[in-house]
Amino acid sequence: MSTLTEPATGPHTGSRSADLITRLREQENRAALVGYLPVGYPTVDRSIEALKTLVDHGVDLIELGVPYTDPVLDGPVIQAAAQGALDAGARVRDVFRVVRELSDYAPHVPVLVMTYWNPVLKYGPDAFARDLAAAGGAGLITPDLIPDEGADWIEASEKHGLDRVFLVAPSSTPERLRLTAGQSRGFVYAASLMGVTGVRNEVGSRAEQLVADTRAAGAPNVCVGLGVSTGAQAAEVGRFADGVIVGSALVRPLLSDGPLPDDEWAVRLTDLAGVTEDLAAGVRSARASAPADTPAGAKTTSGEAL
Amino acid sequence: MSDVKLSDVSGPYFGQYGGRFVPEALIAALEELDTEFRKAADDPEFAAELQRLHREYTGRPSPLTEVPRFAAHAGGEHGGVRVFLKREDLNHTGSHKINNVLGQALLVKRMGKKRLIAETGAGQHGVATATAAALMDLECVIYMGEEDTRRQALNVARMRLLGAEVVPVKIGSRTLKDAINEALRDWVANVETTHYLLGTVTGPHPFPEMVRQFHRIIGEEAREQMLERTGRLPDVVAACVGGGSNALGIFNAFLDEKSVELRGFEAGGEGIESGRHAARFSGGALGVLHGARSYLLQDDDGQTLPSHSVSAGLDYPSVGPAHAWLHDLGRATYEPVTDDEAMEAFRLLCRTEGIIPAIESAHALAGALRVGQTAAAEGRTGPDGQPLLLLVNLSGRGDKDVATAARWFGLLDGADNVAAEELERQEGRG
Repeated sequence: MSTLTEPATGPHTGSRSADLITRLREQENRAALVGYLPVGYPTVDRSIEALKTLVDHGVDLIELGVPYTDPVLDGPVIQAAAQGALDAGARVRDVFRVVRELSDYAPHVPVLVMTYWNPVLKYGPDAFARDLAAAGGAGLITPDLIPDEGADWIEASEKHGLDRVFLVAPSSTPERLRLTAGQSRGFVYAASLMGVTGVRNEVGSRAEQLVADTRAAGAPNVCVGLGVSTGAQAAEVGRFADGVIVGSALVRPLLSDGPLPDDEWAVRLTDLAGVTEDLAAGVRSARASAPADTPAGAKTTSGEAL
Repeated sequence: MSDVKLSDVSGPYFGQYGGRFVPEALIAALEELDTEFRKAADDPEFAAELQRLHREYTGRPSPLTEVPRFAAHAGGEHGGVRVFLKREDLNHTGSHKINNVLGQALLVKRMGKKRLIAETGAGQHGVATATAAALMDLECVIYMGEEDTRRQALNVARMRLLGAEVVPVKIGSRTLKDAINEALRDWVANVETTHYLLGTVTGPHPFPEMVRQFHRIIGEEAREQMLERTGRLPDVVAACVGGGSNALGIFNAFLDEKSVELRGFEAGGEGIESGRHAARFSGGALGVLHGARSYLLQDDDGQTLPSHSVSAGLDYPSVGPAHAWLHDLGRATYEPVTDDEAMEAFRLLCRTEGIIPAIESAHALAGALRVGQTAAAEGRTGPDGQPLLLLVNLSGRGDKDVATAARWFGLLDGADNVAAEELERQEGRG
């Protein structure tokens, strides 16, 4: 078990997401904006257009969802998009094509693939890691894989130099925070609310405590997801987190009951750009407008002077 | 491992199967549940309370009924095969499900939680959970696939009568698997106040082990009853397998008895070649669903494939990890039974013995017919030429299935009677 508690993250580990988050913190004094969209919704080609829109309008890091039939940690908006992508014929192998196109389009934007475990298990964890690395991907976010069950993935991600983003929750014990911080590479994903993804009016007040606790457990970078939908919320979370993860609020402008004509799709992309810019402005304003008395302990492990 | 009895193997893994493939948000609750379960297992007061409920509320021990007129169709017309039914259908609420529900509900009281959620397919587990919630003054929400609420409308009304809220699940395939997804989402959101009363031997650890423990009473009683009635153990034990709780409950008492053959019967639906079935061992492969690694119906991308069965309770694309383990060990065998075979066995038991079984349980009956007929054809007997003893877990009663059976057989005035005529013709010929 001793290897399970050695911190795997830290400065200059070769993790592209960690390097980016560190640079934004140290040079721009702000949190990263992490934007989620699923592969293949409404089609693979249009999902690439939507992802490029995120990049063009201020997303720092892409979380690329793999559509899955049983997404137990996703709320209705992302479920609908995932189902739509599957209905439109999206395949797991499309992930690698989308990652490749994004990497070519914006080499500075790390692309992390968010996937439930069974599609990776079926593909083969080592083969998945190999093909993701070859396509230019940065790593995986695994919502239903805890480090305890992740031996195959830890081995494959080490071998292919990929990030491993595991989740923590407000219910995680200090022991589990240490385990998860130690086994993550890139950053730790703090699921701020006890709940599934979806837009909420208020981001849980426990998020700040969870970030502090996760840092104290040894994680240099903690990003917060589940519950952020507006620029104001992004600013609030960006004050204390290393990254702000947004999903449902970005997917919602794209939802439609059927195929959209080109002009209507263009309007949706414009809407998406607007939401993205609002969020991007939020993370950029967070610390500029934040009071000097940043919560005690919130930055103790980063070594950063605010 | 060598000195651990198969019947006592504990989680989180059964061979390479089982585990905890769930969001981190649930781990603390699973740990709490595991701790409470193990504390309760060592607490004589817990055992005494559960025993009292079994006796005074459920009506245990459930009877063992020999069914000679049914056995005559299972190769036993000359007395070479004897068939015994373990009558879980006579439990309060009409199935074996109550055993697990009462056990978990007592744990919930000990943990101080006030709200129960559960998934249900056929409605039997939902009814049992709603019943325990009423008995123990707990709030109760049942998730049920919209498709299943139609197939089992009476059970929906029954749950609501008992004070439960029934939420039809309208996403995905709208069946049991999607009800479990919704229940898991609810649990993630409300884990501090809520217990997810999972109804079968799958899901994340400790559910597969814990639910087996609460159902092992089925096999323990049946074993005693068989010894008392016949002087020996059964030669074959048959059960239907959806998630696999009734099967594991009755198998468990015989796992370490090498002479006893264990046979599980899955939903073959419209036949394996049709692709419309729930036969995980015939058509599935290693995968992860709902927290456990097991056999899974999935496509090349690891997407869960929709299952199909005339019985909502067997309509599930994965199977309990302990069954996957027993399958690989060769300790139990698993075969599909089609909708047609199950419905034929369903009607046969009604007509020969005056017992209306659940369609789920009718899959075990069809399996028993197959086992008995094969044995008779091969001249197989029990030891020393004694009759072959077949023990079948009659896991539930068929009141909930009357509407389905009426449609299937065309029993209502003006309804299509083709299926009924076909069956008459076959029976006449047989």
